[in-house]
Amino acid sequence: MNFDFSDDQKFLKNEARKFLEAQCPTSRVRKVLDEDAKSFDEDLWKAVGEQGWLGAAIPEEYNGLGLGRLELCVIAEELGRAVAPIPFASTVYFLAEGIMLAGSDEQKAYLLPRIAAGEVIGAMAVSEGPGVTTASTLQATVEGGKLNGVKLPVTDGDIATVALVLAKENGKPGLYLADLTDPSATCEALKTLDPTRDAARLTFKDAPVRRLGEIGQGFELLEQINDRAAVLLAFEQCGGADRCLEMAKAYALERYAFGRVIGSYQAIKHKLADIYVKNELARSNAYYGAWALNTDAPELPVAASAARIAGSEAYWFASKENIQTHGGIGFTWEMDCHLHYRRSRQLSLVAGAPRVWKERLVSQLERRNAAA
Amino acid sequence: MDFKDTPEEAAYRQQVREWLAANAPKKREGEPDPLGESSDGLAASKAWQAKKAAAGYACITWPKEWGGQGGNPIQQVIFGQEESAFPTPGNPFQIGLGMCVPTVMTFADEDTKKRFVGPAIRGEEIWCQLFSEPSGGSDVAGARTRAERAPDGSGDWIINGQKVWTTGAQFSDFGIVICRTNPDAPKHKGMTMFWIDMKDPGVEVRPIHQMSGGSGFNEVFFTDLRVKDSQRLGAVDDGWRVSLVTLMNERLAVGGASGAGWSAFLESARQTPGLDGGAAIKDQALREKLADWYVQAEGLKHTRNRTMTALSKGETPGPESSIGKIISAVQMQELANSAVEMLDQYGIINDPSLAPLRGAFQASLMSAPGMRIAGGTDEILRNIIAERVLGLPGDIRVDKDVAFKDLPTGR
Repeated sequence: MNFDFSDDQKFLKNEARKFLEAQCPTSRVRKVLDEDAKSFDEDLWKAVGEQGWLGAAIPEEYNGLGLGRLELCVIAEELGRAVAPIPFASTVYFLAEGIMLAGSDEQKAYLLPRIAAGEVIGAMAVSEGPGVTTASTLQATVEGGKLNGVKLPVTDGDIATVALVLAKENGKPGLYLADLTDPSATCEALKTLDPTRDAARLTFKDAPVRRLGEIGQGFELLEQINDRAAVLLAFEQCGGADRCLEMAKAYALERYAFGRVIGSYQAIKHKLADIYVKNELARSNAYYGAWALNTDAPELPVAASAARIAGSEAYWFASKENIQTHGGIGFTWEMDCHLHYRRSRQLSLVAGAPRVWKERLVSQLERRNAAA
Repeated sequence: MDFKDTPEEAAYRQQVREWLAANAPKKREGEPDPLGESSDGLAASKAWQAKKAAAGYACITWPKEWGGQGGNPIQQVIFGQEESAFPTPGNPFQIGLGMCVPTVMTFADEDTKKRFVGPAIRGEEIWCQLFSEPSGGSDVAGARTRAERAPDGSGDWIINGQKVWTTGAQFSDFGIVICRTNPDAPKHKGMTMFWIDMKDPGVEVRPIHQMSGGSGFNEVFFTDLRVKDSQRLGAVDDGWRVSLVTLMNERLAVGGASGAGWSAFLESARQTPGLDGGAAIKDQALREKLADWYVQAEGLKHTRNRTMTALSKGETPGPESSIGKIISAVQMQELANSAVEMLDQYGIINDPSLAPLRGAFQASLMSAPGMRIAGGTDEILRNIIAERVLGLPGDIRVDKDVAFKDLPTGR
């Protein structure tokens, strides 16, 4: 049994933590939070690119580091812990994974080296309005290689240079690569729950696009990309949730009420124990997702769903109970608690809400049960 | 990251498999009890234990001189995994070999060890642990059972009092018992541990009729039970420290709750009519619950894999292994209740010939309250995580520096 990261991977994680503690303290995160004009931390983005993280899982032939997905998982955990205000998930978990999964040789050769070099910022454009986007609600249309439609919210849509767009062609859903630097694509920044990860409304008017994979494969491809992203997002969620527990614990040990530290009351002790239990369940599910992702196992859809559900639940619970443990001070803008509360919402929604994943998981369990 | 054995582990697993294939029973005798206290097929259990002991598999991690194999914890885990594939009889030796006998081995003299370890490991003699009392389960240090020096100057002790929730007392030969020896000292400083002969006329075992209908546990009454001073384990009034050694050995022995799980629920939901005449599994509320239970069960499974990995590397497992029973016992109760409610009015039927899965959910429902209490209540386990894992302060103790006899006792 070797259900753990290797010493090298743990070393990388440790280095990533040190790097982010120096380069991404919450004071830096707050600059993006407080300044409306600032969509992300450009200096951090550059620095992360120089570390090679953007191309960690990209093969060496495309100028990546050619490491595995497990290396990406440990980086993701640290980015989540630091609430890093950069378009890493959009670019690496969605765009790069999508290209590696279904891109043509030409698409790979063009985009992957640019992603690794930090020259491309990605975005995933699926949602068009309130509720779940399905084949019957999908409006964006491609005809003769031109895309028309409106997508919102698109996380990092205001800073991205390339988007993966879900649209219909001849009535069948497909995934398309759109160049957002082309004037046919316009964007408008949106106010979001987590201003450290901006989102935009993207409007395409006869925008030239290239298809990823085959016509009609849109939702299948999207699910496969989401599975990959879900595992990596689950590590960000684990990182954030563990940080919340640390914050809550530290505060519980220094704050006095009724003559003793609040961490000595069972109401607080049991709350923190509950956070710990959820965090460990999320971590174990994320590890299994990491194994499935790294080995491209047939279990990936089920493992990714479980990782996403557990990760979303853990981070949500830890972020809200961290505020509760802090009491009134936790509700102030100056305390960092709300950074995690906000990010936990962003991470839970960006690749589809937990209830969508629960439905997906149960459908798969049902099929497995029926086949057995 | 993978789920593969190391070459050494694979070789050990192969050796275990071959041995089990040649020696393990092929047919189960007696029904397994979800709480694991059944005495069903005691003779079969003893025979199987003797076979394992003869081959060194009874206590793999114990030194060879004491009948073990001098093996490591991962070998113990591997044997357990492989053994679980066979319909082996119940294991009434776990408490004795997991907690009582290690305590005897730590604190008793050579002659006592030589007398007891061999028969225990071979399953010839069964041990029970007598800690909980009517006045305190979670609060073990509140024990009131008295041990007093015999007035005849022999140095013997006379024990009077009552223990409760004693697993397997009805078929045990020996037990370790924690007694109050100095009521004038604060509670933790006035207790002493002894081993006792459960067949002594001064010991009376009465089964407890559980709310689930079964009787796996017992009350044990001591009436002028006379024990020799040589039966004392550890120093006089130092029993609390001795009990910590006993409970420390509990750590690797603790399992999770069993009972009908998510896949039984799914199976049942596919076959039960739901709200609109379709199958109950189409009910979105049930689907979301099912997803949550699956994710929890997988989380526990892979937490065990993480623990095994640490053992495999020769490391001490992290504290994550402590989350098991908090999750599994509550899930057992919630899942069973949802499964019963899914049956609508029919759910009230608790007859294995009529209820789905031979009444497995009804059985789970009725034993789940015990699972949330046995081996550490939900609340005590949360305290343990908060204090030992997270390093939060212990609860304020109003009883720490007060003579035991002066503590308020309630009813």
